[in-house]
Amino acid sequence: MQNGDEKRMQWVDHMIRIRDHQDQAAFAALFDHFAPRVKGFLMKSGSDASLAEEVAQEVMATCWHKANMFDPARASVATWIFTIARNRKIDVLRKQRRPEPEDLAWGPEEEPDQADVMALQQESEQLGQAIAELPAAQRELIEQAYFGDLSHSEIAAKTGLPLGTIKSRIRLALERLRHAMK
Amino acid sequence: MEQKITHHLTDDILMAYAAGTLPEAFNLMVATHVSLCDTCRAAVESYDALGGEVLEQTPGNDISLTPGSFAATMALIAGGAPDTIHTAPRARDAVLPQPLQDYVGGGVDTIRWRPVGMGVKQAILPASKDASARLLYIPAGAAMPDHGHHGTEMTMVLQGAFQDEDDYFARGDVEIADSDLHHTPVADIHEDCICLAVTDAPLRFQGVLPKIAQRFARI
Repeated sequence: MQNGDEKRMQWVDHMIRIRDHQDQAAFAALFDHFAPRVKGFLMKSGSDASLAEEVAQEVMATCWHKANMFDPARASVATWIFTIARNRKIDVLRKQRRPEPEDLAWGPEEEPDQADVMALQQESEQLGQAIAELPAAQRELIEQAYFGDLSHSEIAAKTGLPLGTIKSRIRLALERLRHAMK
Repeated sequence: MEQKITHHLTDDILMAYAAGTLPEAFNLMVATHVSLCDTCRAAVESYDALGGEVLEQTPGNDISLTPGSFAATMALIAGGAPDTIHTAPRARDAVLPQPLQDYVGGGVDTIRWRPVGMGVKQAILPASKDASARLLYIPAGAAMPDHGHHGTEMTMVLQGAFQDEDDYFARGDVEIADSDLHHTPVADIHEDCICLAVTDAPLRFQGVLPKIAQRFARI
């Protein structure tokens, strides 16, 4: 079993190879891992298998096309693919628009600091482990919040997940970026 | 940086926004608030992270892809990015953040207000049927008509300020009301107040408009 942190950094590396070199082998590895998960996620969200397959393919294609938008200091690859899948789900399954927040104008793009990337990816791994270690009933509560239209109220309080650290890290990054803008 | 926002969206709402399970009008509220509020933006991104882990832990082994799935995806990729028609960012508006400008079709000057009585005006925004979104214009110092609520109502200040019995709400602040609350917000005296209001139930204005007029005003 591969170390979780290493694996996450490897996914990040794959994304960068797709972005910089249109690397098909890297994409194939991402596809093998994530495409079935996206399909499963959509099926649990109420889609039939053939629509879920179609949407999963679109999500993975978007993952390729928008590779330059991926910021590994702010999201894990799983998170980034999740947001693409969620947006397609709203679009295709619910036939609604999804208003997005205003983009922050952060000036010229630059490579994120490697230490920030590592830290965010490690925290994502911690979050993943925390979810995996939850009692089944609590884990299902969270899954249902993301799969379907069930109530979300008790989750944060009941589970005590380390969301706070990710939240404060993102907050810090936003503050730093805003500061750099001045 | 804007003045400090003191009334935020709840974690429930932010999480549901990340999960993609809110009605469109509520999504518009979140997107608008998050455009002004770093605290809630960070919270949304952390709930995105939670969604990422849920996806990561969705069993992939027992889901089989259609044969030729990878080749089909590569063909999609070869076909080029589908939606490269990115809408150019609109000019910044002092009142309406980007997501609201998209729904209004422009800045604050392009809002098509309709009077609803007592100097109050509204503009209903297009959204899916499960909840409604509208902009409200309340003259400085004027009281909003007293209204009760059936469902959840969220009101966010875009210009000016208002206060109710308990609190003061300035630009970016969101007041969240549920069915128990009967309140009488009053717009701050210094400036006409513009708000975004979303609700998942029709409002009952009490005493100001007769039932029939309510139907015409869609409130």
